[in-house]
Amino acid sequence: MAATVERVIVSSNPENSMSLQKALSAASPLTLRIVAKCPVTKARACDLTLPHCTVNTPVFMPVGTQGTLKGITVDQLESLGCQICLGNTYHLGMRPDSGGFQMVSLVELSEVTEEGVNFKSPYDGKEILLSPEKSISIQNSLGSDIMMQLDDVVSSTVKGPRVEEAMHRSIRWLDRCIAANKNPDKQNLFAIIQGGLDAELRKACLKEMTQRDVSGFAIGGLSGGEEKNDFWRMVTLSTDHLPQEKPRYLMGVGYAVDLVVCVALGCDMFDCVFPTRTARFGSALVPWGSLQVKQKQYAKDFLPIDPDCHCPTCKRHSRAYLHALFKSDTAAMHHVTVHNIAYQLSLMRSVRQSIVEGRFPEFIRAFMKRMFPSRDDYPGWAVDALASVNVTLD
Amino acid sequence: MKLELSRVIQGGARLGVLQGIGRTGQHSLKVPGCLLYTHFGTVPHLTQDTLQTVNNLPSVTQVTLSNIAEHQEVLEEFKEGFKAFAGLHNTVLYCSLHDPATRSPTGYATNKTVSVWGSGGRIELTASKFMALLKTVKPDWYQSMADGETWQTNTSRKRIRKSVDRTLAYLDECLLVHQKSQDLDGVELFGVVEGGDVMEERVRSARETAKRPVAGFCLDGLQTGSVDQALRTQLITSMTTELPEDKPRLLQGVGRPDEVLACVEAGVDLFEGFFPFQVTERGCALCFNYDVSPDPECAVLELNEEKHSAGDNMQPKGDLNCEDQTQMTSFEMNLKDKRYQDDFKSLVEGCGCYCCKNHQRAYLHHLLVTNELLAGVLLMIHNMTHYQNFFGAVREALATDKMDLLKKRVHGETRNT
Repeated sequence: MAATVERVIVSSNPENSMSLQKALSAASPLTLRIVAKCPVTKARACDLTLPHCTVNTPVFMPVGTQGTLKGITVDQLESLGCQICLGNTYHLGMRPDSGGFQMVSLVELSEVTEEGVNFKSPYDGKEILLSPEKSISIQNSLGSDIMMQLDDVVSSTVKGPRVEEAMHRSIRWLDRCIAANKNPDKQNLFAIIQGGLDAELRKACLKEMTQRDVSGFAIGGLSGGEEKNDFWRMVTLSTDHLPQEKPRYLMGVGYAVDLVVCVALGCDMFDCVFPTRTARFGSALVPWGSLQVKQKQYAKDFLPIDPDCHCPTCKRHSRAYLHALFKSDTAAMHHVTVHNIAYQLSLMRSVRQSIVEGRFPEFIRAFMKRMFPSRDDYPGWAVDALASVNVTLD
Repeated sequence: MKLELSRVIQGGARLGVLQGIGRTGQHSLKVPGCLLYTHFGTVPHLTQDTLQTVNNLPSVTQVTLSNIAEHQEVLEEFKEGFKAFAGLHNTVLYCSLHDPATRSPTGYATNKTVSVWGSGGRIELTASKFMALLKTVKPDWYQSMADGETWQTNTSRKRIRKSVDRTLAYLDECLLVHQKSQDLDGVELFGVVEGGDVMEERVRSARETAKRPVAGFCLDGLQTGSVDQALRTQLITSMTTELPEDKPRLLQGVGRPDEVLACVEAGVDLFEGFFPFQVTERGCALCFNYDVSPDPECAVLELNEEKHSAGDNMQPKGDLNCEDQTQMTSFEMNLKDKRYQDDFKSLVEGCGCYCCKNHQRAYLHHLLVTNELLAGVLLMIHNMTHYQNFFGAVREALATDKMDLLKKRVHGETRNT
């Protein structure tokens, strides 16, 4: 049984709202300005103006599910240059209070009906319903810059009629979300394209949802364990049928290679728990892959995680110190988290810069060369996906 | 280092500044004061950015051999000392044997060795290994090797006597190495005074230790939970009588505000700053009142209210559970309590720390209930700030003869009239 968990995007810069009010006046709470288009691929570099901030895209949005980014303060996030991040409606608005109720897995504790998603507590049997209306009501209270529709999403590995049912239901729920939005002039609503790995279902969903008046579109139902060959084809199919002048948000994508390829396929916004989650296990992201700081080989390695990185962690600490610190204090996790966020944001800044300067294909080639020891190691799906947008990797 | 006292109150308390600390002699520390408690050079939960939001950080950073000993090989290869290894700049490094926030097991000290507990288990140290470690760590200041395994009640007199003898013997060995070693040139060594709960042994230990050329004295074996404060005060007084006035006294393992006050009055200059960490670990925030400002009407009413309601489900102050340092005290509020679910006030009105400026009790409650890492970060910032401010109040009270008022505030006695 699939669970529907829907996300809310919360801006991290409330202080800027005053200065932006003038620019927005009576206009929509979202404006997208395309700063540059890659002449070779489908990539764009845009300025996305929202009530609390103008966000430069392509952008990676760190995930702060429970209203916190795992041990990192808002000030730290701002100094890393983070303009936008995520919170989660269920966790922030619905979650039953303490008394020991911990969500182990939402999938196992929910049931989808036409009304909405029913969550049942395994402790007291209490049921709570997350309907499209309830979801929007919570997000209206949260005051987020971008709200996500409640979608009926199934795992990408599921086949059969359930996929089609979920797609159609998502359209109906989108309409209910639009109707329920009490702040259309202050908060944006994004639709989430479904249809699993079925091209016809995707196209049908795209056709319907693009007829609705929403501020942007998310590509959902992917990044859940499906074959990468199917994954990229659905992404590029989706961006082919989405309007140019609205942002495209690919949900759940966060590995560096995936980000670069999907920017080439026409996506503007991304989110993923991976960089922050993997940090807590001591895994540091670097341009040549990742570095498991807790491994013995780093005990006497006195270099920083990445000698070329300017983040607070790399400016002050060595791999050896972090390796040892993991045995003594939770702050070790925070150091790696800061670094990983810096890495993701820096990657996207470089991507954007290369698009603006008209050299994105060259950037892609250099990026792949740095990331993989040899041409034979390039993932096949990435080679195919890039070829589909005219980038050949030598 | 040089202790410059500006005031000595009859009966013991001293006010002043410890000058010329650090190898370059450029740092100072006001006394009474506390050290900056760290795990392996990192203040628990905090990175440099979050740490810097706390004002008035102590100029002395404490590290412990229990954290460091297992990394000796790495530090030896690194060669440049612990400060450089940990990215510590512009601070004085003090190295102690044990971590004051955790209780070490007893029964392991021998005539030639003491033991510390690292992440991988017990590590045995002879005096020569102890000194080799210190030469690698390169602190500015350290405590001598000591046998302090006398803190449990019912430790025999014989055992206590042995701890005094051993500790003096270790000290003499350490001094020998210290004086011969170029690596430790300019580094200060504190002798450790033992003696359990036996007055005569305390006096003997203090007298003998004072004969050695040490820069100051650690008072060991009196940590929270080992003895009650009345006895602790007596024992401290018996020791300070034997110690030179012009050398600092560092009391190990005591951090509760009420105990700190009593020990300051008995003549203690320095404390280990681990108490805020313990409070943080139990999801609590320090909220006790330390306001001795001229206008008593300014004393924050809310603090008193909070304290009294926070005290509801706690043990009465006098009844100290000797075994459990993790017990919540009457100086803090338990933010996991349901009552804070929709309390949108800051933790402590007028605190001014990053947490109080940006967040509310309800948010901290949420973070704790959902087991989020940020709870530890924010609470650590607040608790350190509150605790540092408390020490500032102690010094101010000593300077202006307001110790009685401060004690009343800290103990939560309502102002009458």
